[in-house]
Amino acid sequence: MTLARKGRWTTLVGLVLLAAVYVRALAFTPIERTQGPAQKIYYIHVPAAIWTETAMILVGLASIFFLFLKDARLDSFAEASAEVGTAFATIVLTTGPIWGKPIWGTWWTWDARLTSTLFLFFLYIGYLLLRGAVADPGARARYAAVLGICGMVLVPFIHFSVYLFRTLHPMPIILKPSAPSLPGSMLATWGFSFAVFTVLYVGFVMQRYALARARQEVPHA
Amino acid sequence: MLERLKLAWVVARKDLLLEFRTRTAILSAVVFTALVLTVFNFGRDPTAVPTIDLAPSILWVTFTFAAMLALNRAFALELENHALEGLLVSPLSRTSLYWGKLIANLLFVTIVEAVGLPLFVLFFDVPVWHVLLPLVGVIALATVGFVAVGTLFSAMVIRTRFAELMLPVLVLPFLILPVAWAVQVTARLLAGRPLAEVAWWLRLLGAYDIVFVTLSTLLFPHTVDE
Repeated sequence: MTLARKGRWTTLVGLVLLAAVYVRALAFTPIERTQGPAQKIYYIHVPAAIWTETAMILVGLASIFFLFLKDARLDSFAEASAEVGTAFATIVLTTGPIWGKPIWGTWWTWDARLTSTLFLFFLYIGYLLLRGAVADPGARARYAAVLGICGMVLVPFIHFSVYLFRTLHPMPIILKPSAPSLPGSMLATWGFSFAVFTVLYVGFVMQRYALARARQEVPHA
Repeated sequence: MLERLKLAWVVARKDLLLEFRTRTAILSAVVFTALVLTVFNFGRDPTAVPTIDLAPSILWVTFTFAAMLALNRAFALELENHALEGLLVSPLSRTSLYWGKLIANLLFVTIVEAVGLPLFVLFFDVPVWHVLLPLVGVIALATVGFVAVGTLFSAMVIRTRFAELMLPVLVLPFLILPVAWAVQVTARLLAGRPLAEVAWWLRLLGAYDIVFVTLSTLLFPHTVDE
């Protein structure tokens, strides 16, 4: 079985499980007392947000190794991870406002967390644009690696500065120094959803990676 | 180290000499800065919003735009007559080349800022004398950070399509963070708040400078070598 096919199957499994996440979140998880049904979006929003940041870090790590090893496969992985990261960032930036409207009364606010996700999104877009703007494959891979590493280093800065600004956004309740402060049933749904998003990330990257490899083998495509 | 700095200064001096003989770029950048400040004057209603509330944003947006002009210039200069190839085959380390470009860019942006700040004070009647020293410090800290990243990226984008457009798209996400911190500090300084209140922002700016100057120095060879 080719990698692209394996990726397609993984994605399919991920999508079926995603449907199961919806069922579990909507029918078998208690409704949050203060936010009501709007809180359900949390199960999609947070796993997507975590993978948005992780994908950028993986782009950066692949880029570091690429600059040392000059292995084209690492560049293809970075390209794949960046595209999937862009898709996940888009999920975060669309689910956020849908939740924000009923809870905050506004779709968008220039809150530090929202703005920082937007940065990350622009970073991804810039990365993909740069890849598109360089004709020579060797130079494209090197330039993209340089930008990818800078992007990875920027992520902690974005993360730190969030804590310095006054923010409207709810503070993390799972990935924080103390134990998760979420009821067990909600935590289970969240964990399930996070696992599904991990499967989806892997499935998407496998397909995208296979495509990038195929393009490398067919020159001038 | 000292040898590298010396060679870096040779590169920077070459750039600056070229600049001061033609004076096109620096004059354009200064005029551009004045124009941006003028445009801001028409974009606000002085009776509705006090100038002091808008001042930090005006100052930093102007500096951001001016820095973009400077950064585009840095390596575009070397594209003519394949001057960059000449620099690369000369017995000059990549570190010296990058630092030279960085120094030249920093001086270029500093000159623009040195003209921009008094103009800003004049146009918007913002009292800065009591905080002049800390304000200059913040401007210097933020400038070093984003010029370091910008110099690195400008070496890449010159060989891409739509270079003039590509640079802002790549640099702005990196530039917004230090600029956002600098705006916070500037606002508090102008409002007469104590320095201790902005210590955290200054530390972040300092960390950003150290990290990105080091990182750019390490990554620069990969943008010019095959």
